[in-house]
Amino acid sequence: MADTTADNPHANPARWLVVAVPYLWLLLFFVAPFLIIFKISLSDTAIAMPPYTPVFGGWAAISDFVSELDIENYLFLTEDPLYFQAYMSSLRIAAISTFLLLLIGYPMALAMARAPNSIRPILLMLVILPFWTSFLIRVYAWIGILKPDGLLTLALQTIGLMGPDEQVEIFRTDTAVFIGIVYSYLPFMVLPLYAALEKMDNTLLEAANDLGCPPWKAFWKITFPLSLPGVIAGSMICFIPITGEFVIPDLLGGADTLMIGKTLWTEFFSNRDWPLASAVAVVLLLMLVVPIAIFQNQQKKVA
Amino acid sequence: MKAHLLSIAAALAATAFSVSGVSAQERTVHVYNWSDYIDESILQDFTKETGIKVVYDVFDSNDILETKLLAGGSGYDVVVPTAPFLARQIQAGVFQKLDKSKIPNLSNLWPEISARLAKYDPGNEYAVNYMWGTTGIGYNVDKVKKALGDTPLDSWDVLFKPENAAKLKSCGVNILDASDETFAIGMNYVGKDPDSKETKDLEAGGKVYSDIRSSAKTFNSSSYIDDLANGDICITIGWSGDILQAKTRAEEAKNGVNIEFSIPKEGTYMWFDNLAIPADAKNVAEAHEFINYLMKPEVIAKASNYVQYANGNLASQKFIDKEVLENPAVYPTEEVTKKLFTISPYGPKEQRVLNRLWTQIKTGK
Repeated sequence: MADTTADNPHANPARWLVVAVPYLWLLLFFVAPFLIIFKISLSDTAIAMPPYTPVFGGWAAISDFVSELDIENYLFLTEDPLYFQAYMSSLRIAAISTFLLLLIGYPMALAMARAPNSIRPILLMLVILPFWTSFLIRVYAWIGILKPDGLLTLALQTIGLMGPDEQVEIFRTDTAVFIGIVYSYLPFMVLPLYAALEKMDNTLLEAANDLGCPPWKAFWKITFPLSLPGVIAGSMICFIPITGEFVIPDLLGGADTLMIGKTLWTEFFSNRDWPLASAVAVVLLLMLVVPIAIFQNQQKKVA
Repeated sequence: MKAHLLSIAAALAATAFSVSGVSAQERTVHVYNWSDYIDESILQDFTKETGIKVVYDVFDSNDILETKLLAGGSGYDVVVPTAPFLARQIQAGVFQKLDKSKIPNLSNLWPEISARLAKYDPGNEYAVNYMWGTTGIGYNVDKVKKALGDTPLDSWDVLFKPENAAKLKSCGVNILDASDETFAIGMNYVGKDPDSKETKDLEAGGKVYSDIRSSAKTFNSSSYIDDLANGDICITIGWSGDILQAKTRAEEAKNGVNIEFSIPKEGTYMWFDNLAIPADAKNVAEAHEFINYLMKPEVIAKASNYVQYANGNLASQKFIDKEVLENPAVYPTEEVTKKLFTISPYGPKEQRVLNRLWTQIKTGK
């Protein structure tokens, strides 16, 4: 490094300010809301506005306030197997969806990265285009396609793959949830993969070819390892929000599709138990943040 | 769900509007009502008559309404909770007392309905009945006949006997997703007190539904209107007016779907949806004017004619269409009315037991 002073943020106030912005952002939009949720998770429900007690009453009352908090909501989460099952079911759906996304997204990203320079912007545009329509409307469109007398049934009947009395039975099943999730999250998987693959040095593949390495082996030895950062980024960007997904399973899934988002909804809206709903949310956050933090730590060690 | 997201967006828009509305000195009233629950021309007429602009928003479950009210600052001036929810919300301090001097049309009310509502709102201090109705069976006449033959449809047996439900499975069964009502109906069906809050009674009432769970296609409380009208489902537990709206929609679409509603002879749940003003409402005077306008006999009659629910306004009955007023599914006969029951609100612990059982029934977990 030529300019050592630039590495020391204290030496340069402008630099310090730039570094502070993301932290301030995190503090304001992550730490502060998290603390509020965490505090509610230690409270008790009440028939009142807002429906929990104690309510934060100012700094003077702080010791009384703290003494009224307790962890009973967290204990309750361990008593009823529903919550464990909902967490596990969410993780399972998120894991399968992420795998399917990789399976579909990787070839797409690879084809885009290898496409001639002239058509790449068009391909990129096509991936981003669906965002111009509301997410909710796109999921609703799937209802029209998948429902028993929907477009899919009609199409299959028209081409003769299905008799006139038969109907597809996908709507309101887990299959429909997977279709909806994979469809909705595909751009989030394709874009990081594309970014990683596009940067790749193609001369490496040429060298492999010159040295007699078959293409599929070159793919696993060179392309895939070099695209790993994109694979990891895409998988994380998809896996984390899918775990907490509520809208897609609610619209496309059956009544027996158990996911933590729905459990949280029931606690918050039907049971009006904000403290327990907050506890569910805190545990969900820990479940997702802790593995990621460990992972990032290891990445640093490798680097 | 759609209603839910839309209403959140609308609520945000409404909040933004109320800020700008003050400076413009334009009189507005923010109304939050059930979906498909008014003849929209009433709102336009109200604006024409009073100059007050109506910002109208809808929800499809009491849970969503209650959560917004309890969070505070909902931005609404008139809301329409169902009776047991109303009672709990009054207790939580959500509402302000009505200034009855500003609602002279209260004199048109039906004393019998007001008396029943007083169970939830002692002295009728906080709320005015908008509509009331029953939770019964809505069915597709031809499909159910094809599946069950001549089984009489005036009993819960048609749905709650597992062998009947199994036969109906292929044409589509929906169960209303409103746990407080479904459990009351279940407990009444098995001979328990529908208002019981005992865990073992709730379990007995819930068993009615777990026994037919494998035959049920959906659990919802809003899209079943269209599903029934389109023929996607053939039988549902549902609210009287919703079923009659499905009937009307099917007739308008001329799709050959013939829908009827029945109040089962074992008795069923009777509910009241009521107009109330949140304590933090900004346009209190306008809210009173709006309620007073709705309580005009010809106005509330227009609403009843449209949504096909009975209202709590006795003077309106001479303006109500004959086919609505004389339909026993809307205005039940005295004999049937005796069998209708109401329930008191659930406490927090009881509510948890109730919804836990309901989740178990719906998900099998």
